[in-house]
Amino acid sequence: MNDILAVLFDGVVYSSWLFLMAAGLTLIYGVMKILNIAHGSLYALGGYTAATLAGAWLAAGQAAIGSYAMLVAAAVLVGLVMGPLLERGLLRWMYGRDEVVLLLVTYAAFLILEDAIKLIWGVESMLLPDPYSLPGNFHIGTLAYPVYNLLLIAMAILVGLALAWALFRTRQGKLLLAVIHDREMSAAMGIDVNRVYLVTFTVGSMLAALGGALTAPMIAVSPGIGVEVIVLSFAVVVVGGLGSLGGAAIGALMVGIVRSAAVRYWPEAELFTIYFVMALVLIARPKGLFSAPEARKI
Amino acid sequence: MSRDRTLPALAIACALLLGAAALAPQWLVFLLALALAKGLVVLGLVLLMRTGLVSFGQGLYFGLGAYAAALLSHRAGLADAALMIVAGTVCAAAVAAILGLLLARYREIFFAMLSLAFSMILYGALVRSSALGSTDGFNLHAKAFAGMALAAGLERRVFFAVSVVAMFCVALLLHRYLASHWGRLSAAIRDNELRVEYLGASVYRVVYVNYVAAGALAGMGGAFAALAVGHVDPETAYWTTSGEFVFIAILGGTGNVLAPFLSAAIFEGLRTVANQYAPNVWQMSLGLAMLAIIMFLPGGLWTLLRRRSAA
Repeated sequence: MNDILAVLFDGVVYSSWLFLMAAGLTLIYGVMKILNIAHGSLYALGGYTAATLAGAWLAAGQAAIGSYAMLVAAAVLVGLVMGPLLERGLLRWMYGRDEVVLLLVTYAAFLILEDAIKLIWGVESMLLPDPYSLPGNFHIGTLAYPVYNLLLIAMAILVGLALAWALFRTRQGKLLLAVIHDREMSAAMGIDVNRVYLVTFTVGSMLAALGGALTAPMIAVSPGIGVEVIVLSFAVVVVGGLGSLGGAAIGALMVGIVRSAAVRYWPEAELFTIYFVMALVLIARPKGLFSAPEARKI
Repeated sequence: MSRDRTLPALAIACALLLGAAALAPQWLVFLLALALAKGLVVLGLVLLMRTGLVSFGQGLYFGLGAYAAALLSHRAGLADAALMIVAGTVCAAAVAAILGLLLARYREIFFAMLSLAFSMILYGALVRSSALGSTDGFNLHAKAFAGMALAAGLERRVFFAVSVVAMFCVALLLHRYLASHWGRLSAAIRDNELRVEYLGASVYRVVYVNYVAAGALAGMGGAFAALAVGHVDPETAYWTTSGEFVFIAILGGTGNVLAPFLSAAIFEGLRTVANQYAPNVWQMSLGLAMLAIIMFLPGGLWTLLRRRSAA
């Protein structure tokens, strides 16, 4: 019993982490039809910026509680700088090309950012353990868990709810849904599609950076952390159905729980269970679990 | 339409490369051998791209080919390069024949992502199998070719010469294939799949055949790469390796069967230079080059050659 509880809890923690990344990715795909490989670099940028900002904050002897605000501030900063930079500076020149070409463009952006990160922060890893160890542990049965994990779950739920509210309950969100549904028609009805694209990409970048910023206290921030994140969040998004927020949540939960079960019962399989789930889902539902059927165009 | 000069160009290139196999310094032979091995993989990718599909998972077959070849010498004790190459190709083709049944139904992003998923499954399995050296992989050493024992120091040159011959045959075959009925169907599928169906051709079958051929080529490339490097590791199946193949394909363009080899040689040459002088900005320059190609030369470097010969 305890075992299953532990597996479930670990799974939910991992899912929360996955969801933060996948939400941004699926949002960008839903609106712009871009599968953004540079998402992984934005994650890494978020991690580095958070480690730098929060590290400086703590080194200055400020109250430790403020380091959490620094994590979030780092994510917002990265999103506000990198989102417009990538969208206005690069992607907008490519609109109208094939989805696969856009995939390659973001792959190029990923390659450039990977080296840029190394040039800025060097190749040494950065540590930021305080926000993680500070809240202490709590117990489920006999097992001790860091309270930080609860924060992660809360953050994922918060982000999910905020996104859902913004999409379905606000005017801007409804405009966005209209753009998703039919880009040309919305433009004809007077929606500023370019602005919607810019905002979407910035918010998506912010979410990727948030994922990285919240992960920074748990790991050693080092070159290459973004590489694996990309394929992981791709897997989640594809399982859920590209462009579906609810799908990303369900996909994250499925992948997260399957992985934590694999870690517990069959550790050798851990690395490929995720892709195995993805392959199985795609075989059964070629466009993911929650995707609207599309008419074939002649 | 200008006369097709592919065949003479191919013959001259192969003669030059064979000369290089005999005379060039060891480092150049190594570089060219690796470039040819990757060129074979990219040739398969180009075939898929002509059909309108981009695979982000050719690392799967590259890795399979490399490991199949390496295991043959490492475990089964059959250190014969000819056998290893055949084993790599057949093994990859067999897996492609199975996965292709499924993947031939997918298009665009979903094709790219599903092939990526399969390559990552292989990567995960290889990393976790301590019997195969886990993340370190293992070394291999081929001592013979088709029954003939090879003198130490000569092996690399012989393997390279063999890969030149393989390149010649494969490029020739593919060139013929692309000009044939089925080859032309591939381009039609890229342009408009539904109309091809209306005309009575089976899209599924063409995509399937092209997919299996691409897998076999990637396996062959993997075996050659394993022979050239003398080492295999799970990195061969990782998605960044697959991304590298896509990069080389974009760089060269899909215009001609020689383009993949040319761009693979440029790629490996640049990598060698970059490793020497600017290891920190290698990926960055790759990314910038890729953007430049996508923006200004959508047909790849090959279009530069074409323009000059047309003028």
